[in-house]
Amino acid sequence: MDIMSLTAVELGRKIKEKQILVKEAVEAAFAQIEAVESDINSYVTLDKEGARKRAEEVQRLIDAGELTGPLAGVPVAVKDNMCTEGIRTTCSSKILENFKPTFTSEAVLNLEKAGAVILGKTNMDEFAMGSTTETSYYGATKNPHNTNHVPGGSSGGSCAAVAAGECSYALGSDTGGSIRQPSSFCGVVGLKPTYGTVSRYGLIAYGSSLDQIGPVAKDVTDCATILEAIASHDTKDSTSVKREDYDFTGALVDDVKGMKIGLPRDYFGEGLDPEVKAAVQRAVKVLEEKGAVVEEFDLGLVKYAIPAYYVIASAEASSNLERFDGVKYGHRAADYDGLHSMYKKTRSEGFGAEVKRRIMLGSFVLSSGYYDAYYLKALRTKALIKAEFDKAFAKYDVIIGPAAPTTAPELGKSLSDPIKMYLGDIYTISLNLAGLPGMSVPVGCDSKGLPIGMQLIGDCFKEKNIIRAGYTYECATGKEYETMAMGKEA
Amino acid sequence: MTKQYETVIGLEVHVELATKTKIFCGCSTAFGGAPNTHTCPVCTGMPGSLPVLNKQVVEYAMAVGLAANCRITQVCKFDRKNYFYPDNPQNYQISQLYLPIARDGFVEIEIGDTKKKIGIHEMHMEEDAGKLIHDEWDDTSLVDYNRSGVPLIEIVSEPDMRSAEEVMAYLEKLRLIIQYLGASDCKLQEGSMRADVNLSVREVGTTELGTRTEMKNLNSFKAISRAIEGERARQIELLEEGKAVIQETRRWDDNKEYSYAMRSKEDAQDYRYFPEPDLAPIVISDEWIARMKEQQPELRTEKLERYKSEFKIPEYDAGIITESKHMADLFEATTAICGKPKKVSNWLMGETLRLMKERDVEADALKFSPENLAKLVELTEAGTINSSVAKEVFEQVFAENVDPDKYVEEHGLKTVNDDGALQEVIAKVIAENPKAAAEFKGGKEKAIGALVGQTMKAMQGKANPAKVNEMLRAALK
Repeated sequence: MDIMSLTAVELGRKIKEKQILVKEAVEAAFAQIEAVESDINSYVTLDKEGARKRAEEVQRLIDAGELTGPLAGVPVAVKDNMCTEGIRTTCSSKILENFKPTFTSEAVLNLEKAGAVILGKTNMDEFAMGSTTETSYYGATKNPHNTNHVPGGSSGGSCAAVAAGECSYALGSDTGGSIRQPSSFCGVVGLKPTYGTVSRYGLIAYGSSLDQIGPVAKDVTDCATILEAIASHDTKDSTSVKREDYDFTGALVDDVKGMKIGLPRDYFGEGLDPEVKAAVQRAVKVLEEKGAVVEEFDLGLVKYAIPAYYVIASAEASSNLERFDGVKYGHRAADYDGLHSMYKKTRSEGFGAEVKRRIMLGSFVLSSGYYDAYYLKALRTKALIKAEFDKAFAKYDVIIGPAAPTTAPELGKSLSDPIKMYLGDIYTISLNLAGLPGMSVPVGCDSKGLPIGMQLIGDCFKEKNIIRAGYTYECATGKEYETMAMGKEA
Repeated sequence: MTKQYETVIGLEVHVELATKTKIFCGCSTAFGGAPNTHTCPVCTGMPGSLPVLNKQVVEYAMAVGLAANCRITQVCKFDRKNYFYPDNPQNYQISQLYLPIARDGFVEIEIGDTKKKIGIHEMHMEEDAGKLIHDEWDDTSLVDYNRSGVPLIEIVSEPDMRSAEEVMAYLEKLRLIIQYLGASDCKLQEGSMRADVNLSVREVGTTELGTRTEMKNLNSFKAISRAIEGERARQIELLEEGKAVIQETRRWDDNKEYSYAMRSKEDAQDYRYFPEPDLAPIVISDEWIARMKEQQPELRTEKLERYKSEFKIPEYDAGIITESKHMADLFEATTAICGKPKKVSNWLMGETLRLMKERDVEADALKFSPENLAKLVELTEAGTINSSVAKEVFEQVFAENVDPDKYVEEHGLKTVNDDGALQEVIAKVIAENPKAAAEFKGGKEKAIGALVGQTMKAMQGKANPAKVNEMLRAALK
């Protein structure tokens, strides 16, 4: 248990200094998984054999001096929508129950180059559609802080696994808040990079123009270190950007003097839980005391983000998910009569309710006669929202708000009212529409002991500003993760 | 029937581009691989794979667009066309709807002496689908994704054609332009060029368009021609009976010479087009367009003119030779080696065309090399072989691309220039044909022919007939 309470960077250092062997780290992770997994259900698939083999290989490379990076030998969990060669990749859907990819996603390859040891694949909302990890075909993941509550979603498995010490860090993906919101609910640090920073090659698409892979970790230092490892310009992904600067750890500086921070009034208004509001305001106060200049402002168009997002994301999803048809891979209905019956039965059986809802919504908004009224209008709204942020970032270095309006809801309370669930994405969704980077940093718990996350928002390609602000906050308050529940003791 | 009808035709022509690799991945476009061997995660629609645009596709499309006098869309984008079918691995095709690469062009056709412009509405880039193989015995279908992701351009004309003849001229013109650009080999039979025909009829004098049908599955010029005639007749018959033409897609069955309805407008699919989010817009600079214009190779019309002026080839001959880029290339390469354009042209116009017709070989499929044709020209010119031997050798060159030098050597076909040997044979021939010899001496000029023939026969063809003639005359004096 001691090993699993270390941050990824701390563990990496101890492995490098030969205080801990890679296989000890991997066994510690599996021991913790053994101890808590029946309560938490973070993983869809564990790759014990692969991880143990890999641990030996990585140890050899470290001993030979060929792997010297900060993450060498550190065990990681990967969200189950990133392809891993030979390891089942399900997107938490029945339709991909037995799907083993023939190639590994670029972000995971980058991690492997950095010496990561993959423990397994984490649970998620089916095809990343949901905010609770309850839409998974493989059962809901529970919040390690209170197993009667959800971990958030869609990267709920990754965030719960980090919070419960079932891995040292994890990869998640974020289309509308799917890293930041569950990070907030689980009391971990999660970062969604600027669109185009991490290759999407091998990420099974939900909303292609919004999806971005990012780190889930115990602290800001880990987050910056992981981001540095996974970010790359990838010619296999046409939306991948060649950035000038991939040095994210350089922003781990305990200083925000003169940093201009904007607080959008709409992010602190109606619908926000008072305890969440108070915690975020306290955290902002900390930064102010460290020398940041804080100001409230009006960010326009906030209320249009949710409808615009659900139109665009669903439209893209309806098309992206067409390939799951029973012809080439994945589930195929056992009995059918002809091609159309095969398609219909396969997809009816293979997809869950939330996925079907979004496929129908997306197909509708792209239909002839509705395209202009919904899809085009949503695209225009997206451009206007981006313009609003451009205006704000002309004045501020960082924008701060909550990551979610509430702390983690109880299990079983969200799916019956999807609209209400969608409204929970209000603070995270605009960033995906505008391509901006955002990070959720734990800022305490509510009276029920459930974690609260502060969302730091940066301008495009300005991850460094939010990393610096988050790191300064952490330095001032002490690292939250040490006080977090880790599930049952081994 | 008193009413006069006019046929209005527009074409959608699909052309497979001659790139080495597919439009969105690095797989080979080569024909004939074992099923699913020219495939990768991208062109089989594996989850997590992403497309990356092949730049050569854009350049070929631009080249065709510019040659067809189109306006290039300087910010152009791909869109997804969504429909479920197993040959389409993603169940959407990456195509262009909203911002196609080229628009508003025309090509000029000639019917007899009349020239006519056929408008090009737009041209777009897209990916081809795989191939379904139905196993009737097993009642199953198999999919081969080797063709999936092969780049296509679709050229959509305005409804400017009025007859099958104009359609043929338009297709021929497109084929020549595209072949000369090197953008495709444009073989209808092999499917690298395919045409869908949109056709309606209206009474002569009216300006409003009639209801059109779209005909698919036309894979030869003859099929297109027959389909147009058939569809025109079918629509006129409907109108004459007071019935309406239904807007629908019809499939032409060339064996039965009849088309049948595939789907009507009512059950037309909604393709739910939207911009492809996995690909960035293509920004085409003025410089890029200028470079493409500069790089444009000599097109057919220019080449034809040049053959007339530079090589003094008659218009008719130049027309035939340039009708196939392959033949024009053969002509120029051979001429470059031997420096005798007129002789080369004679070989192409004479023996080559004759053998092509006799053996049903298309100009594009000629397989002899310019080197070997040049050798043959030189052998003939130098008098090493006579013209009838040359024809015999050419048949071998045409069929097997043999090396004429070697062939002549190995088969002992060189003309015998040993006067002594010839003299002996001539004396023998005269002695054996006293009747012909006497007739010639008696003033019957024609009789010499038989003697020449006998001499050539005795020489096994390896003599120069003019020389034989001359020596016979001398001997009979």
